[in-house]
Amino acid sequence: MNEEIKTFTISIYTENNIGLLNRISAIFQRRHINIESLTTSQSEIEGVNRFVIVVNITEHQAKKIIGQIEKQVEAIKAYYHTDEETIFTESCMFKIKSNLLFEEPQIQNIIKESNTRIVTVNKEFFVLEKSGRRHEIETLRKELNTFGIMQFVRSGRIAVTKEEMKITEMLMAFNNQ
Amino acid sequence: MKETETLESKQASKGSTERISGSEAVVKCLIAEGVDILYGYPGGAIMPVYDALYKYQDQIHHVLTRHEQGAAHAAQGFARISGRVGVAMATSGPGATNLITGIADAQIDSTPLVCITGQVFSHLLGSDAFQETDIVGISTPVTKWSHQITKASEIPEVMAKAFYIAKSGRPGPVLIDITKDAQVSELDFKYEKCTGVRSYNPVPKLNNDTVQAAADIINAAKKPMIVWGQGVILGKAEEELKAVIEKAGIPAAWTIMGASAIPTSHPLNVGMVGMHGNYAPNVLTNQCDVLIAIGMRFDDRVTGKLETYAKQAKVIHFEIDPAEIDKNVKTDVAVLGDSKESLAALLPLLNENTHEGWLEEFKKLYAIEFEKVIKDDIHPTKEGLTMGEVLKEINKQSEGNAAIVSDVGQHQMIACRYSKFNKTKSNITSGGLGTMGFALPAAMGAKMAAPEREVVAIIGDGGFQMNIQELGTIFQTQIPVKIVVLNNEFLGMVRQWQQLFFDKRYASTEMTNPDFITIAKGYHLKTKKVTKREELAEAVKEMIASDSAYFLEVCVEKEDNVFPMIPAGASVSDIRLS
Repeated sequence: MNEEIKTFTISIYTENNIGLLNRISAIFQRRHINIESLTTSQSEIEGVNRFVIVVNITEHQAKKIIGQIEKQVEAIKAYYHTDEETIFTESCMFKIKSNLLFEEPQIQNIIKESNTRIVTVNKEFFVLEKSGRRHEIETLRKELNTFGIMQFVRSGRIAVTKEEMKITEMLMAFNNQ
Repeated sequence: MKETETLESKQASKGSTERISGSEAVVKCLIAEGVDILYGYPGGAIMPVYDALYKYQDQIHHVLTRHEQGAAHAAQGFARISGRVGVAMATSGPGATNLITGIADAQIDSTPLVCITGQVFSHLLGSDAFQETDIVGISTPVTKWSHQITKASEIPEVMAKAFYIAKSGRPGPVLIDITKDAQVSELDFKYEKCTGVRSYNPVPKLNNDTVQAAADIINAAKKPMIVWGQGVILGKAEEELKAVIEKAGIPAAWTIMGASAIPTSHPLNVGMVGMHGNYAPNVLTNQCDVLIAIGMRFDDRVTGKLETYAKQAKVIHFEIDPAEIDKNVKTDVAVLGDSKESLAALLPLLNENTHEGWLEEFKKLYAIEFEKVIKDDIHPTKEGLTMGEVLKEINKQSEGNAAIVSDVGQHQMIACRYSKFNKTKSNITSGGLGTMGFALPAAMGAKMAAPEREVVAIIGDGGFQMNIQELGTIFQTQIPVKIVVLNNEFLGMVRQWQQLFFDKRYASTEMTNPDFITIAKGYHLKTKKVTKREELAEAVKEMIASDSAYFLEVCVEKEDNVFPMIPAGASVSDIRLS
């Protein structure tokens, strides 16, 4: 099996219960695997949550991790995918002093060229929002940083897979039992 | 838990409800699940449930242990000998945290437990209230499932789910934490047993193609070897395993947790694998052409160095838990499913065989082990008593019918190596976690679950002092359990390692012990102390014949070592005989 360390996106469908986050994160903690990002939200199925976790591990490790996650009573199904197998994005926000918007005309060019959205503007500050790949966000951050950023925040990765997830059929099968 | 319908479950199926308190509901759930004995210790946050237990004491017997850890281990002993779910109960805070070692032990050894803890009022959660601990958080990594109940109305459904999860699939411990307000408020009670949880698939569906693939490999094998584990016992697949072994003539070895599934005397039973297992199955693991693992998980104490473990062999793994496949050892064929069903499906596909020449190799290596190790262990010529000869005497007097409950250390390895097991579920020990202090409470639980069986606890002088307080429970409840302390005045296994690997620097392993006989007398137990060989047979005879609890101390040689031994990190075939 491939022992090369790669970025894997782990998708987990779960019941929406208190304490499950603890159970899942403990699986990574026990094996000393650093979680690069973790996002959880409602999935396409009503009442089923979806975790998207990004880790840098080997495929061998990824397989074992999936086994341990699926073993948890409240985890319905888990998958791992490489970057090539998913469509993914991150989102970020910048808070910047308002006077810079007028004093540094270059900022307006950066906003336009990078397809960044202005969320709000007031006397003291304005807020920008952008979604995209990590490198796009990083480029934007570096460009804006030269003028001074009051606050910057970036979300974890969210991802959908190119392959079909058979999860709905699984749940249907249970309901029909 | 006898699989008959109880009055309660009948009522539940009729759909009738009654208005009762949460605490009474907890007790009625236990009764509906067939629980007639539970172990525990009361305290503030669980008092309403104890009050309800008082009302139902004609239907459910609560055993007051002397420590919550004792309650957890007693519930484990109960579960291990009977295959039923063990139940332990404790209050919040220290009561709950004291259960944790037993819960962790049950998790790693796949023992079905339901642990119920009291919790502070829900409005106090997170306020650092008196005796508040986040026991759901603390227990998360060592439970199969855990849940906190904050409303009385949740009790029936959650309790039903707890029992279902604990005993189904690969069993394990479940912890249910119930806030005090949920115990004291009322609900409309109606109990329905849980039959499924949508996110949980306890038993993977057997794929007949994998069974055929396994049979093809086994039929073509010249030197096949089986290693079975506790999965055979948990799956009640002893008969199926025996049939497979006999039809295909395959030498079969066992892990410590699998001990007793097939009688010791069976000609194809070739002994224990692992660090202090038998010589032949360890050495021949690295010579077999097909290794068939059944309901075992390739623990590091079984495999030694993985890089040199059975590399020459095709590996077939019969297993219920998909997470175990390829976890430690890469398999050629994995047969996922319940062991009973899988082995039953395998049997008709196997060719009859005897593998006589191959079996002969096991016998040859056994002869070497007998000459170099076993002979001196069970027929010693030196003055000091050996642990092995004590076990031999217990086998003789109990006619191999005793359930042996061992603690952890040298005596445990000796007990597993030399016990004669005629019946399944006769070896109760802390295999995965290695919990000293396990045996005394576990033996109490085992004897209560199976009063018809002779239950003998084999304990070292170190482990005995880790839950020695349970002598109080034995005294109060008059459980006729037999307790053998093999006293070498050392933490023997650690001392052995110090001798072999730390140049005999005996750091903190020598014990200055109290007079155990005086202590046992304090609890009004029948006692005997043996210091000489000529006293041993009579003492063991008296102990086995006793109708009541019996405490036997045997003073054994202080610095004996357990061999064979696979040094940590060495290959199974580099097992040492001295």
